[in-house]
Amino acid sequence: MATSILPKSDPKKPQEVPPARKDWTKPHAMAIPKEGYVTPQQGRYGPVYPRTPACYGFTIIAKIKPGREEAIRAYGKTIEKAIEDLPEALEVLKLHYLRWVLFDIADDTYFMYQGIFDTDFDKYTEDAVALFTKYGVNTVFENLEGFPADWKTNVAGFAKFVREHQCPSFLEYGEYPYVTADEIKKALKLKESFGDMLDLMQ
Amino acid sequence: MSVLQEVDTISHRAAERTGRHTLLDFEDIQHFLMSRPPARAARYEFLTFQSGRGGRAWLSGLIDKVGTAKAVGENIVDSRWVTVAITWRGLQALGLPEALLATFPQEFRQGMAARADVLGLTGANHPTNWVGGLASPNLHAIAILFARDVPERERCRQEHERYLVQCEGVQLLSSLDLEGIPPFDYAHEHFGYRDRLSQPVIEGTGAEPTPGSGPPIKPGEFFLGYPDEEGAAAGLPQPEILSHNGSYVAYLKMEEHVAAFRDFLREHGETPEQQEFIAAKLMGRWRSGAPLVLSPEADDPNLGADLQRNNDFSYAHSDPHGYSCPLGAHIRRMNPRDTAVNMSRRKMIRRGGTYGPLLPEGADDDGIERGIAAFIGCASLVRQFEFAMNVWTNDPNFHELGNERDPICGTQDGTFDMTIPKRPIRKKIRGIPAFTTIRGGAYFFLPGIKALRYLASLGEID
Repeated sequence: MATSILPKSDPKKPQEVPPARKDWTKPHAMAIPKEGYVTPQQGRYGPVYPRTPACYGFTIIAKIKPGREEAIRAYGKTIEKAIEDLPEALEVLKLHYLRWVLFDIADDTYFMYQGIFDTDFDKYTEDAVALFTKYGVNTVFENLEGFPADWKTNVAGFAKFVREHQCPSFLEYGEYPYVTADEIKKALKLKESFGDMLDLMQ
Repeated sequence: MSVLQEVDTISHRAAERTGRHTLLDFEDIQHFLMSRPPARAARYEFLTFQSGRGGRAWLSGLIDKVGTAKAVGENIVDSRWVTVAITWRGLQALGLPEALLATFPQEFRQGMAARADVLGLTGANHPTNWVGGLASPNLHAIAILFARDVPERERCRQEHERYLVQCEGVQLLSSLDLEGIPPFDYAHEHFGYRDRLSQPVIEGTGAEPTPGSGPPIKPGEFFLGYPDEEGAAAGLPQPEILSHNGSYVAYLKMEEHVAAFRDFLREHGETPEQQEFIAAKLMGRWRSGAPLVLSPEADDPNLGADLQRNNDFSYAHSDPHGYSCPLGAHIRRMNPRDTAVNMSRRKMIRRGGTYGPLLPEGADDDGIERGIAAFIGCASLVRQFEFAMNVWTNDPNFHELGNERDPICGTQDGTFDMTIPKRPIRKKIRGIPAFTTIRGGAYFFLPGIKALRYLASLGEID
């Protein structure tokens, strides 16, 4: 990663964090305005949400269809089994973490899908639709109110739903900011190789 | 981004075949994305319709000269080589009702200039700097005139000029003349790179992909109304007659700064061999066309010219770290092959050619504009063209590179780098200059013949 050249100030690149600030050794916090971005910048399916010290990601909160709570919980098991059988199944999404939560407000149940990943919002959505279609699986989103029934052929509709239910963070923090999952995996692999090498030298 | 001098007719004798493939309607699809006429010259005319009636009259009189895939592919003496494509504003000007205009995808309705942020077209590439009226909402249509040679093009130009006078309120906003540059025996652009080495093959055309080019792609990835790689295509425009045999095309006029490019090579390479090496690393191929993955140390012109071999490679296993072909090289970005997902949904058909005179080797910058004027054809601008521009061309963090853009066609302002992996220590070139500038662009709808007739008849419905 480049550290020696700072880009000239360019109003068209508001979301770009200067390379010098992408220093993983320096914890970094970013306060984010209500809209979810500092300066509006158009992405393919809507405004671009920035890459923060905690990477790209989203927090989707939507009301579930009545009586679907158990179906949604069952998805937890489905995904667990799918990853057990095929650990690389979700690799293309460049995820760090997923957190799925169900919670009630008054008589309604809501689903929260929080994902932290390394590709931009629109690419994640497109890749996810392609992935679900490839494995012939349905999405947990089908249990949510307002989700488009034709999502498999309507990426724009899928992206619109996701965007409409996205609740942007107002603070994101990274203890080791701007590091991608691939970089972490590479570093751990290197550490492991060094460990093995040192063991061999004993 | 290809030049015009090659005769390249995709065989569609398959049109008569029946089989498991969807039958393509070669009599209704315009030839443009399907077969290339044997043209050495071309002219693009960008038009505005000051009245719907005039626009419809212009279209109506031109339809019989529009080449179909069947006519152009089968009979090379057939000179119906006109191609007509229309912007969303153009459809509006022709009188397509608002409710139907709204059925077109958002990115097409907005037009390329409004999507500049998505495409990474900032700074010198921003639409405020475009020429020829291409960023204007008055851009309504393009007529592409192919010609066997330059005198024939001049005849076509005059004929169209006389025709325009008869069509009330149809005016030329700007035009661009194109012709191949020497040497004429192979397709190449102004920097000297061989071109047209990697084009998708459309299932149902009967053409065979060259080794390494992957299986034929479903026609719905390029032509509306056919099954695409995911099944039945969705989000088609209305009325139904517009949803068959049409395509979307993104136009880009890209100036090539040949003198700056050659200066850069000299700056980073002391000998001609070292300069060729740098040129190859920027592209991912030697200028002969030989891919670095297959020929990493030295050029191999025979390999470069051999269509059976020059596209037969991938990256994931043979060059995962980019020691042969850098991760950020142009061809590795524009076609990451087995190092990206959903590749069959990102394919595009490129058409176009070079404009401006060749700058002879060793000559000083002559101040004359030259470059490539290309069309990228697809069924979904947002999924195919805009994805390629947004992620592959201009995302600084593509392949975890951190601060790089496509060294050939990315938006460059001297603040991005280019990493050339090398043992023991990689070479990092800081501050890549802009070798190209986007001088204009637009989104067009390339309707089928029946759809053109429908558009020309809109007045009768009023």
